[in-house]
Amino acid sequence: MFEKLNSPRTGGLLALILAVLILPLFFQNTFHYDVAIHVAISATVAISLNLLVGYAGQISLGHAGFFGVGAYSSAILTGWDFGWSPITAMLVASLAVGVLALVVSGPILRLKGHYLAMATLGLGIIIAIVITTEDWLTGGPDGLSVEPLTIFGLSPQGEAQWYWVFCVVLIASVWLSLNLIDSPVGRAMRAVHGSEVAAQVAGVDTTYFKTLIFVMSAMFASLMGSLSAHYSGFVTPDIAGFHHSIELITMVVLGGMASVFGAITGAVILTLLPQMLTGLEDWEMVIFGLILMLTMIFMPKGLVPTLLTKFRRGEA
Amino acid sequence: MSLLKVSGLTKTFGGVHAIEDLSFEIKKGTIHSVIGPNGAGKTTLFNLLTGVYTPTQGAVSFNGESVSGKSPHYLAKRGMSRTFQNLQICMNMSAVENVMVGRHLHMSHNPIAAMLRLPSITKQDKACREKAIELMEFVGTGQYIKTNADAMSYGALKRLEIARALAAEPEILLLDEPAAGLNGTETAEVDELIQKVADSGVTVMLVEHDMKLVMNISDYLLVLDYGKKLAEGTPEEIRNNPAVIAAYLGA
Amino acid sequence: MSVEFLQYLFSGVTIGATYALVGLGFAIIYNASHVINFAQGEFIMIGSMATVSFLAMGMPMPVAILLAVALAVVTGMLLQKFAVAPAKNADVVTIIIITIGASILLRGLAQVFWGKSFHALPAFSGNEPINIAGATIVPQNLWVLGVTLVIVAAVSWFFTKTIIGKAILATSHNADAAKLVGINTNMILLFAFGLSALLGAVAGIIVAPITTTSYEVGIMLGLKGFVAAVLGGLGSGVGAIVGGLILGIAEAMAAGYISSDYKDAVPFVIILFILFFMPSGLFGSRGTERV
Ligand SMILES: Nc1ncnc2c1ncn2[C@@H]1O[C@H](COP(=O)(O)OP(=O)(O)O)[C@@H](O)[C@H]1O
Ligand SMILES: [Mg+2]
Repeated sequence: MFEKLNSPRTGGLLALILAVLILPLFFQNTFHYDVAIHVAISATVAISLNLLVGYAGQISLGHAGFFGVGAYSSAILTGWDFGWSPITAMLVASLAVGVLALVVSGPILRLKGHYLAMATLGLGIIIAIVITTEDWLTGGPDGLSVEPLTIFGLSPQGEAQWYWVFCVVLIASVWLSLNLIDSPVGRAMRAVHGSEVAAQVAGVDTTYFKTLIFVMSAMFASLMGSLSAHYSGFVTPDIAGFHHSIELITMVVLGGMASVFGAITGAVILTLLPQMLTGLEDWEMVIFGLILMLTMIFMPKGLVPTLLTKFRRGEA
Repeated sequence: MSLLKVSGLTKTFGGVHAIEDLSFEIKKGTIHSVIGPNGAGKTTLFNLLTGVYTPTQGAVSFNGESVSGKSPHYLAKRGMSRTFQNLQICMNMSAVENVMVGRHLHMSHNPIAAMLRLPSITKQDKACREKAIELMEFVGTGQYIKTNADAMSYGALKRLEIARALAAEPEILLLDEPAAGLNGTETAEVDELIQKVADSGVTVMLVEHDMKLVMNISDYLLVLDYGKKLAEGTPEEIRNNPAVIAAYLGA
Repeated sequence: MSVEFLQYLFSGVTIGATYALVGLGFAIIYNASHVINFAQGEFIMIGSMATVSFLAMGMPMPVAILLAVALAVVTGMLLQKFAVAPAKNADVVTIIIITIGASILLRGLAQVFWGKSFHALPAFSGNEPINIAGATIVPQNLWVLGVTLVIVAAVSWFFTKTIIGKAILATSHNADAAKLVGINTNMILLFAFGLSALLGAVAGIIVAPITTTSYEVGIMLGLKGFVAAVLGGLGSGVGAIVGGLILGIAEAMAAGYISSDYKDAVPFVIILFILFFMPSGLFGSRGTERV
């Protein structure tokens, strides 16, 4: 029983559900809900990015590009020009992103280390520049407004309702990811990271699994992009940009690579920290950069894995 | 009948002929050792046979099928399995998971079913874990079942690789210096282990420097020197081969 | 050759020369430590912004430049010593995040002390246009080209002729062996970061009279320098220089003949295209990975 609670799937998931249920008791205004929603959105994207980066060992510095394509596709397709239903738009966008990821994955995933970092970074930047430039479609730097979300006649109203939507999505994605990681598919993915050649001679088609996880995590980012666009009612090009990509990968690395709950922790910190630092005005960037550096220098494996190791050692 | 047939195999790196015009055959159910000084091309030969490197020239046929230039995972599916001279262990996983990866070919990989943790997946995974534990005990690493790979000793990891290779239930097992860096007792254990594997019907190809072990265990030997075949035959024949004596006793 | 073409070529080579210097900085650090320093762009910023601020204090130009370059070099060495060296065994991505943290920190400091506005450095020797075969350039273009040439020559002399240069190369080939023959690899790494900061700062200073500068100028220039280094093949000095020139020229041509909106996308399109066909860049090593 206690052994089970110590496992991420049972214990971790239960703790997350409890946290999600209890937190609203402390929220005093819609701003608190809004921050929590942003944490949930980032956490969900970071989890899917972590599958790619932390578990399968494939760097991506352009993930926000996929997020942005999802968000903009939903904005455009549900807009008055097309008038699609949000759910159709969301699924079509995600499929389109999947196809895009599949097409580029062939050449991109042959690359390793810094070359892969360069290629994904480039891809993300190109997507962001296209979104900024093609203003007849995207509204350019000014952005676009987005229709509200309706799914089967239901439409979340206000931050409090959206909070539950995003929390359910987050919990579902945690559950799905934990299942995937602890399955033959997940083991193959992790083996690609651990030793690509060992995986190959064990019969793992490493190209297939790298592609699979790249496409899945891109499609997931797109879905979250769509959802978040409907929530905020507005999209601007920076959600697809380099800085957002870096923010996402930082969540993964800071919280802990190859740790689902690490990605969530990273999302919490990177969303809350700037809020807490705003009082510092000019010094905000300085302190933020310093905290980022120091954490990574002293905990190169990221917060959650480092703390877990410490905790387990203390226990033993 | 011959399980593996190599003819005119050549691999060059830049100007270096790591393997040059090599031909030989391996019979089913035998232990076939490859010996030769460092840099003779033994590891390169293994890499060519298992598809890790693509041959510059020549042909390899396995069970009558031409397989030169095929990918490692294709060859794994056809029944080839191997270990590495320099450990290739997934340090990001637990010991037992490393062995479970070895059973990859016997598992289904539907990502949707995996994400939903359908009973079919969990049942299969449970069986896979049991089999992996069994193999870890078979190679003598039973005490590490709950350990992370990065917390194991070198000798234990060497054997863990053998367990992973066996997990695939291969027809031929290629072992690249399985006793390198092991002490006397450990070497004797690995010796015994190889014998056990061979007795279970798996064809074994072995690279090893420990001459006592090699001469004891092998049915046939292939001697390489600068990528070329220096001699081939039974341990007895090799022991008496003048070219080998000259090369080994330092002419 | 049309006048138009020549005009684009001149501006392409000018901006390409700066990319080349920044790319060379990436290559030197990569060679010495296999680290990609995402704070590289901040050396450009420090070089140009510090010069602006020293000039404003009333220093003469040469002194301001010298001090600015020195400031960048010291920053580079501090970065190596206190941020990169302690993490030398960390994952590739972890080190990337550390240097990104450093670049945010440096940008933050610049914004605190130098503010957020744009500045132009005065041209080194006037703005009198020069006519070459119908195309016009300003003297600063010549300064950029001249300084770049001198620096590239000096760097190549340094790596082929001096003991320290050879020691850096030896360290990059095999750090353990270098240690064994008595090379102080810690000093080498420090030196590599200093040198690369110097290149970045100089690039930033010579181009600032043409492009203007601000606390954020290092982001895009740094990324494009990274593209130049990868395009040439990571670790190849010649590659980084060729890469930088290709990028600069392609960018200027695209801006001139296609649309200036996509100017910033050009380097990234090029690098994706090249990597599709040459996974280790133009001059990168292409051996079979040893197993
Ligand atoms: N990936 C590679 N790239 C370049 N040269 C290699 C590579 N792999 C092996 N070699 C060279 O091939 C030769 C044979 O090496 P190897 O097969 O490892 O020998 P052995 O296993 O018999 O000690 C050596 O000269 C080695 O340097
Ligand atoms: Mg060898």
